[in-house]
Formats: sequence, structure tokens, C-alpha cells
Amino acid sequence: MLEAFILTVITAATPLMLAALGELVVERSGVLNLGVEGMMVMGAVAGFAVTISTGSPWLGVLAGAAAGLLTSLLFAVVTLTLVANQVASGLALTMFGLGLSGLIGESFVGQPGIKLQPANIPGLTDLPVVGRILFGQDALVYLSFVMIVVVSLFLFRSRAGLILRAVGDNHSSAHALGYSVIKVRYLAVMFGGAMAGLGGAYLSVAYTPLWVENMTAGRGWIALALVVFASWTPLRIFFGAYLFGAVTVLQFHAQALGIGFPSQFLSMLPYVATVVVLVAISGNRRATLFNTPACLGQSFVPDR
Amino acid sequence: MSSASADTGQLAERGPAGDGQPLIEARHIVKRFGSNTANDDVSIAIMPGEIHALLGENGAGKSTLVKILYGSLQPNAGELIWKGQAVEIASPAEARELGIGMVFQHFSLFEALTVTENIALALPNCKATPELAATIARVSQNYGLPLDPAAHIVDLSVGERQRVEIVRCLLQNPSLIIMDEPTSVLTPQEADQLFVTLRRLASEGCAILYISHRLEEVRVLCHRATIMRRARVVAEADPTVETVGTLAQLMVGTEIEHVERKRGTRRGPEAILISNLSLESQEAFGISLKNINLSVRIGEIVAVAGVAGNGQKELFDALSGETLCPREDMLIFDGEAVGMLEINDRRLGGAAFVPEERLGHGAVPALKLSENVVLTRHGTGEGITRRGFTRFGLAGEVVEAVTTLFDVRKGVDDPEARSLSGGNLQKFVVGREVQRHPRILIVAQPTWGVDAGAAAVIRQSLINLARKGAAIIVISQDLDEIFEIADRIAVISRGQLSPAEDADTLTPEKIGLLMAGGAEKKGAAA
Repeated sequence: MLEAFILTVITAATPLMLAALGELVVERSGVLNLGVEGMMVMGAVAGFAVTISTGSPWLGVLAGAAAGLLTSLLFAVVTLTLVANQVASGLALTMFGLGLSGLIGESFVGQPGIKLQPANIPGLTDLPVVGRILFGQDALVYLSFVMIVVVSLFLFRSRAGLILRAVGDNHSSAHALGYSVIKVRYLAVMFGGAMAGLGGAYLSVAYTPLWVENMTAGRGWIALALVVFASWTPLRIFFGAYLFGAVTVLQFHAQALGIGFPSQFLSMLPYVATVVVLVAISGNRRATLFNTPACLGQSFVPDR
Repeated sequence: MSSASADTGQLAERGPAGDGQPLIEARHIVKRFGSNTANDDVSIAIMPGEIHALLGENGAGKSTLVKILYGSLQPNAGELIWKGQAVEIASPAEARELGIGMVFQHFSLFEALTVTENIALALPNCKATPELAATIARVSQNYGLPLDPAAHIVDLSVGERQRVEIVRCLLQNPSLIIMDEPTSVLTPQEADQLFVTLRRLASEGCAILYISHRLEEVRVLCHRATIMRRARVVAEADPTVETVGTLAQLMVGTEIEHVERKRGTRRGPEAILISNLSLESQEAFGISLKNINLSVRIGEIVAVAGVAGNGQKELFDALSGETLCPREDMLIFDGEAVGMLEINDRRLGGAAFVPEERLGHGAVPALKLSENVVLTRHGTGEGITRRGFTRFGLAGEVVEAVTTLFDVRKGVDDPEARSLSGGNLQKFVVGREVQRHPRILIVAQPTWGVDAGAAAVIRQSLINLARKGAAIIVISQDLDEIFEIADRIAVISRGQLSPAEDADTLTPEKIGLLMAGGAEKKGAAA
């Protein structure tokens, strides 16, 4: 029972973790991309379509990342090059993604997909209790953990990460020092798009190998909330993703067990938690200053 | 060229700058922004080891020239010569590679990052390693600019932030350091310390391009001065042989209207009384006001001097009613306790307020001037609003009156506030209140970033208003301004206010000591 619960929590948390890690990097560079849901759903439909066309879930996963990246490029051009409002453009991107994915995916509805196979290491995977949890996951689950470490090292140990944080903290100063704010932000947005696409592809290729319209079902929004919940630090994304994942799973279990607890209340919890965290961190301005990108959501136009 | 052309022979005696080859030379630089020409055929040459002043009013084109030298702007025409070679400086990174460093006026630091990380960002391919931290600690000690490499910028004072900028420059081993108004944020003592560092750098062969409009400072520090006016170089001068007056004249072009001040001998009754005003700051980095006492009579101007960030904003907010006092009798206007009244009720009683930030606080950028008039004067009982309707005709008349009185230059009759230049908008926001003839006026930084001509108009209007029968508090960081207009001067330091003393008995040095934190001792002794 516990093993089954943990296994479902992992599958619920992984897409959140992937998408939120991407968005964290985007927001650290000072860009607020509210289009996570749209990029995820594009990743989901592209992942599913390529998987059943080629028969390879691996190609599907790659296609998912590529689709997310391409969708994010649209956002980047509109907000970075054409300097449109980021909030409005992000919302538009979500609606665009939901609509276009529905159109592309129409012929795939109801078709059986091919599942990305979980790891099977003889000896280890068969261990009681921990075997399947630790050694029986698919590659994307392991990738999500690797990415936590990679993003942490990138942000806080590499020069490129330092530049990215500097751009998010004060874009005018970064420009004055000779860094290309726009280029850094393009790269960040594209990374965020690819990660959201991966998260989407996880849903349609590894989680439930089929396509239904709007299959992301609000996970993009939870990922966005998660970034704030984690106060822009990668390690806390991990805790937040598993917490939010567990809450989502509880919804189904509570219903199955016949607990008279309204499931709407549980689906509301991630957002309530985010509001609580926001209130808590805004009380401590000094702590907020260190992690919250000061230029978040502000457009940058160099004076040239 | 003016009479003050540089005599090279004389210069050779004074400093290391001699005939030799210039370190950097800009020839016939032209830079246009749309129809506006910011640099028109500008030429300047800087010698190695020379402290070279670049003088000019706001908008004279100094910043544009400096940005071209530092590679953040590209000229439309003209050439740059670095150590005898024609160069193109396409980006600040290339400028740094050549050996040009810059200390910005508005610091280009990243608040959330540490000192080490900030400095690493300016060095090519450098990561924030412990070795770099050690180097920073050593170099900063060496030059008398002690710094903690692990500190976050948020926690540093303005003076310390400037040290970070300077050390960041020094680590690039520059042959030329450009400094944009470096002392505008420093106490006189901190400025003196900076001059020691700059002289030492110059003696080691580093050239310094020093941008300032504090002429006294330029006379003490600089070997040579280039003066710009309206996008052109109008003179080269030897600042040590010029007087402040002649330098100012070169900058402005005409004799500056001298502010005329008769000592306010006839003082009326007490109009402003601040007694034991204490106010806990609600903001994490705000300054709490501690037991402030001040009395101002009709007919006099009292200046509150101090380095930025010592409680000026909090004091202004408490006086204007943007923050309410904890007790109503902490603030008395004309015998009436107003400490807990809202800003408009205070205005109705005859008070007027001009905040420091003209665009965004003093005026709404996207609104027309007439609409901005309504914003501060709708509730002053002048009939600009009647039965809930606004009479824009009347507001327009106020705009016209202020425009004539203060010589506000604008393109159309009633432009948006943001389309005015800084100096003109400042004249407007001060004029909007002065034209009401308030009995009480609280004004913060009345001439911040305003050119000398506009500053003289504003200062004169404050003096005239006081003499006609108003009590005025001027919160300012500009000591020249304070000595020009104030009858009495008090100094604010860490939220405490020194007793106001007669301006004639005070010197800049004494005020400097008070600014640096002598207020507590002084207050206890008095």
C-alpha cells in the first residue's frame, strides 16, 4: 500500500519537477513566463505523436522537449525582441498551446501509445519495498533528480549561472557591464521551454501512454506556483514537487477510500500553500531580496 | 575657445601630464539620438597620470561622451585613439580589455550578490573563488578602501558600495578610470578619503576622467578640465588658476543669476513645531526617526542636511502625512496638532509638500500638467473641485501661472509630465506648490539633478516665499544649496536630528562631522 502510494507520488511529482526547474531558471533570468501549461501540453502532444509514428518513446521524449522549446521561442520573440508585456504574452501562450495541441492531437485521441519502459536491473529492482522505488523508475525520473543537481551547480557554481542571476537581479547593470541581457534571457526561456516540454512528454509517454485534450490538467500552473513556493531555489523545488505530488495523489486515494473529504479542497492546497509561502517570505525582506529576481517580469530595452 | 585654454608648459609643472602622447584621445565625436544631437564635434585628450575633469550642466553631453569612451554607445562619427592607435570600442568588455574602467554614478552593482560575485562579473572569465576574495581583501586594504568580500551588497552603505565599484575597477589594472559624479553620495570626510586614493592612483600613472559639477572639488583635485555646453566642448581650463565663479560661467555660458538673500531678520510667529517625534520604520531597510525636535518660524528657511539614507525620506513622509505620527501633538502646524491628519487635511490648513522624486512621486508621468495640478490641489479649498466635479479650466490657469512665474519650458500648452526635462519638471512641481502661497512648505531635494540656471530660479523662489511670510523646511544633501538659502541648519544622521544652528556660525566641516554621526554627542551636549 505504502509502496504503491510512493510510486504514484513519484509519477505525479516528476512532471512538476521538470517543468518547475525550467521555469526557475527562466525566472532567475528576470523573465516571467506564465505559458508553462501551454508549453507542457505542446510537449505532451508532440511526444505522443512522435512515439506512435516512429514506435520509439525515446524519440517521443526528445520531440516533446523540442516542441516545448519551439513554443517558448514564440514567447521569447514576442516579449524579448518585440518587448511585449510578459504576463499577457504568457497567458496567451497557454491558450495558444492548449488550442493548437487539441488540433494536432485530434486524430490521436483514443489510440494506444507506447510506454517508456522503466529500468529493470536484475537483483536490485527485485529488492523488497525499495527495489521498485529506487531502481525501477523510468529514465525521466532519474533525469529530474540529475537536473536538480545540474541546475543548482549551474546557478551557484558556474560563471554562466552568475551572469544569469546578475541579469535577473539588475538588467541595467548587467548591460552596463557589457553582458547581453536579451541573449541570456533567450537561452533561459528556451531552456525553460524544453524542460516544460519534457514534463509534458512524461505525461503522454511515461505516465499514461495516451493522448487526451488538455491532458496537463493545470500541472503547468502548479509548476509555476511551485517556483514561488520554492522561493527560487532548486533544492526546494524537489520538496515542493513531492509535496504537491502527494497532495494530488491523495485526492484519488481519499475518494477511493471513501473518506468524506471534498477533493476540491485538496486540489486547492498547492495554491494555498504558495500563498502562505509568499506571505511568509515577504515578511522577511532581506531573505526575499537574495532569492527573488529583482527584475522579474520587467522588459528590458537597451539605450542604443 | 575661451581665454582659459590650457598652457601645456604650465601643466607640466603641476602634474605628471606633460607633452607626451595622450593615453586616450577622442576626435570630432558626433552622436545623435533621433533629432537630438548629444555630442557635436567633441574632442578630448587625456594624458597618462592625469586627473582630468569633465564639466558641464545636466544634458551638456558628458554622459554620452563617457558612454562612448566606455563602449556602451557607438558614435555616429569621429574616432578614438588609444595610446596612439585608432581603435573601435564596440562594448564595455572591449573597453575593459584595453584598460578602461568605470565607476558609475548610479551604481551598477547587483544587490542580491556578494562583493566577490559582483567583482567576478566584471573580470573576464573569472569565477567567484576564494582566491579572488583574498585578492579583493588585499587590494582594498592597500588602497585604504577596506571591504568584506563575502558581504552582500544589500547590507553595505552607499560609501562602501562605491568602494566595491572602485576595487572592481582596480582589479582590472586599468590605465584609465572614468568616475561619474563619485562624491555626490559621500560625506565630506568620505570624499576626502576618496581624493587621497585618486591622487595615489594618479601618481602611479593611472589617468582619471573625473565628472562632476562640484566645482570646488574639481579645483582641489584635478590637473585639467574640459568644459562642455550644449553638446560641444566650449573650453579647456586649468582648474587651479580658475575660480569657482569663472568655471561656473564657462559651464553655463552666461553669468549665473546670483541668488539674493537678505537675512531674515524679521521673523514671525512659530509655524512648525516638531516635538519628540519618534517613528519606528515599517520597512526592513528603513530608518527609524528618534526623538526629533525642531521649530520653524514664519519668515525663515531651515535646512535639514545629511547623507542620503539617514532618515530624510522618513522625516519627509512624517511631515507630509504620508506616514502618520503615533501622537497628534508630535507635529504642530500653526498651533494646530496635525500629527495624525491625512496629507490633504494638512494641505487644507495651509501646508504644501514637494517630495524628492519628481517623476512618479511629485508628478504622475503619464498625466498632463493640469491633471497633476489637480492631484495636489483638489482639496485645498481653492475651488479646483466643486461638487465632485473637477474644473480643468482653473487647473489650466494654474499651469499657465506657474509656467510664467518659473519659466517652465514646454513644447505644447499642457504636455504630459514625463515629456518635460528634469529641470523644467522640477520647476513645475516646486512652482505648483509655491504659487499657492502656502504658510508652511516642506520640500525635499528642491534642485536635485537640475542645472544651475533652473536651480537659481527655484532657490530664489523659496527665499522669496519665506520672506513674504512662510515657514520652510528644506531637506537637502547639497551643502552649497543649503548655505545659499538656509537661515538655520540641522543635520540628520541615523534618524536623529541635531539642534538647528544659525547658518552663519556653521562651516561645511562642522556639518560634515555632524553628518558622520556626531549628532548623538552633539544632541546630548546641547
